[in-house]
Amino acid sequence: MDDFLWRAALGGIGMALIAAPLGCFVVWQRMAYFGETIAHAGLLGVAFGLLLQMNVTVGVFIAALLVALGLRLVERHSPLAKDTALGLLAHVVLAVGLIVTSQFQALQVDMMGLLFGDILAISTLDVFMVFGGLIVIWGLIFYLWQDLLTVSLDRELALAEGINVDRTQLLFSIAMAATVALAMKFVGLLLVTAMLIIPAAGAMNFARTPEQMVVVTGVISSLSVIAGLLASLYFDIPTGPAIVVAMAMLFLLSSFFKPR
Amino acid sequence: MLIEALDVGFRRDGRAILSHVNFSITKGEIVTLIGPNGGGKTTFARLCLGILTPDTGTIKRQPDLKIGYVPQRLKLERTLPLTVERFLTLRQRGQRVSMEALTNALKDVGAGHLLRSQMADLSGGEMQRVLLARALVIKPDLLVLDEPAQGVDFAGEAALYQLISDLRDRLGCAIILISHDLHIVMGQSDRVFCLNGHVCCEGVPEQIGEHPEYAKLFGPERAGQYGVYAHNHDHEHQLCGHVHDGDCGTHDIPHEDTP
Repeated sequence: MDDFLWRAALGGIGMALIAAPLGCFVVWQRMAYFGETIAHAGLLGVAFGLLLQMNVTVGVFIAALLVALGLRLVERHSPLAKDTALGLLAHVVLAVGLIVTSQFQALQVDMMGLLFGDILAISTLDVFMVFGGLIVIWGLIFYLWQDLLTVSLDRELALAEGINVDRTQLLFSIAMAATVALAMKFVGLLLVTAMLIIPAAGAMNFARTPEQMVVVTGVISSLSVIAGLLASLYFDIPTGPAIVVAMAMLFLLSSFFKPR
Repeated sequence: MLIEALDVGFRRDGRAILSHVNFSITKGEIVTLIGPNGGGKTTFARLCLGILTPDTGTIKRQPDLKIGYVPQRLKLERTLPLTVERFLTLRQRGQRVSMEALTNALKDVGAGHLLRSQMADLSGGEMQRVLLARALVIKPDLLVLDEPAQGVDFAGEAALYQLISDLRDRLGCAIILISHDLHIVMGQSDRVFCLNGHVCCEGVPEQIGEHPEYAKLFGPERAGQYGVYAHNHDHEHQLCGHVHDGDCGTHDIPHEDTP
């Protein structure tokens, strides 16, 4: 096998393992739209990255983090319904991002790659970043695990037990922003949310505890990455969408099993 | 004295939720808190738990007091798979729960068979027992129950009250019970506090057996679990929050929230 395939497979599986616990929390906390919004902000991050000549992944992380923090404020203070506020922000940041990046045509921004990912083009540095991210994000989630579970289960219960809910959610937002930034090169900004929620949704039927659900999510995710890579190789189709379709097929399969 | 509240006041967003509350509970005592919605019952429970701190006054807790809390209701997230066992071990960082303490607590509430059940499959009554077990795991000196009978039918409520007074007798823990009903309270209550921004009145409930008509209504087996509380207010509340003096209704004593 060629080097680029190894990089894609290794990086893709690393990414799947990062996304597994995050995806479960996105499903449990019903934050799919939240994830979508910060992913859309990624395009602005790309523009920052180009403007300031920094690593694009770092630029995306910063933009995603800023929007995530902004969203927490909007959630608390906006008179709009939560989904309206999120829907508004998600598309405004996407539109602005498209406009700003369009000004960089001279630099040949690979718009398709940004939106749908280009896993076959990832570099060795990207693979190292994914595994660095894996260690940091898993460490953070491990540290927050009990608190995050309680918050996801029932916010009131968490408050009543003296858990610092705001701090827990803030740290989780940082993990989300980092995940979005890392996942961009693999599945693209428009498909990040799919990578987070579809495997988690598929794992729901098989799990009796939250820990089991994370493990099953990781397995579904990793299998989908490999299936998507192979499909893209043999049928010459775009890899990011192929991975997402593989996830969806496994999800469909899972729904034939008797719920726990 | 397990907990003693002296002249406690609490404000939120510039509005007085509680003012001049005096309260105490001693070992093995059952105290029922009643009052209208928004009267500050849950806020007061949280002040007792130490989750909130009073703006005025003081709350004294016995050193090393262990408090078990059963929240008002749990809107459990159904997409989160969770067995009863895992739920009981779900604690804040650093806390550990032994398997033995866990099964004992479940047995104490008569729910030993639910250990491996999914939380999402529990009935209202089973859920209340599991929540109670979770509070008991730490072997508390004081149990705080926020409307435990909510979502439980009448038969379940009587059974729950029976269970709570059994727990008091067996484990010797004091109990603060928050109740939604203004007149019918748990029969084993030693004292009743009526809370509506302040303590409106306090007293001892009468056994329902002393009221033959009520007793007939509840049925002979259940009547023992209930008591009747006769309020003894010396003032009235108006919608705007002003307090009417009982004797001379012409002058208003404003609550602290009115400028």
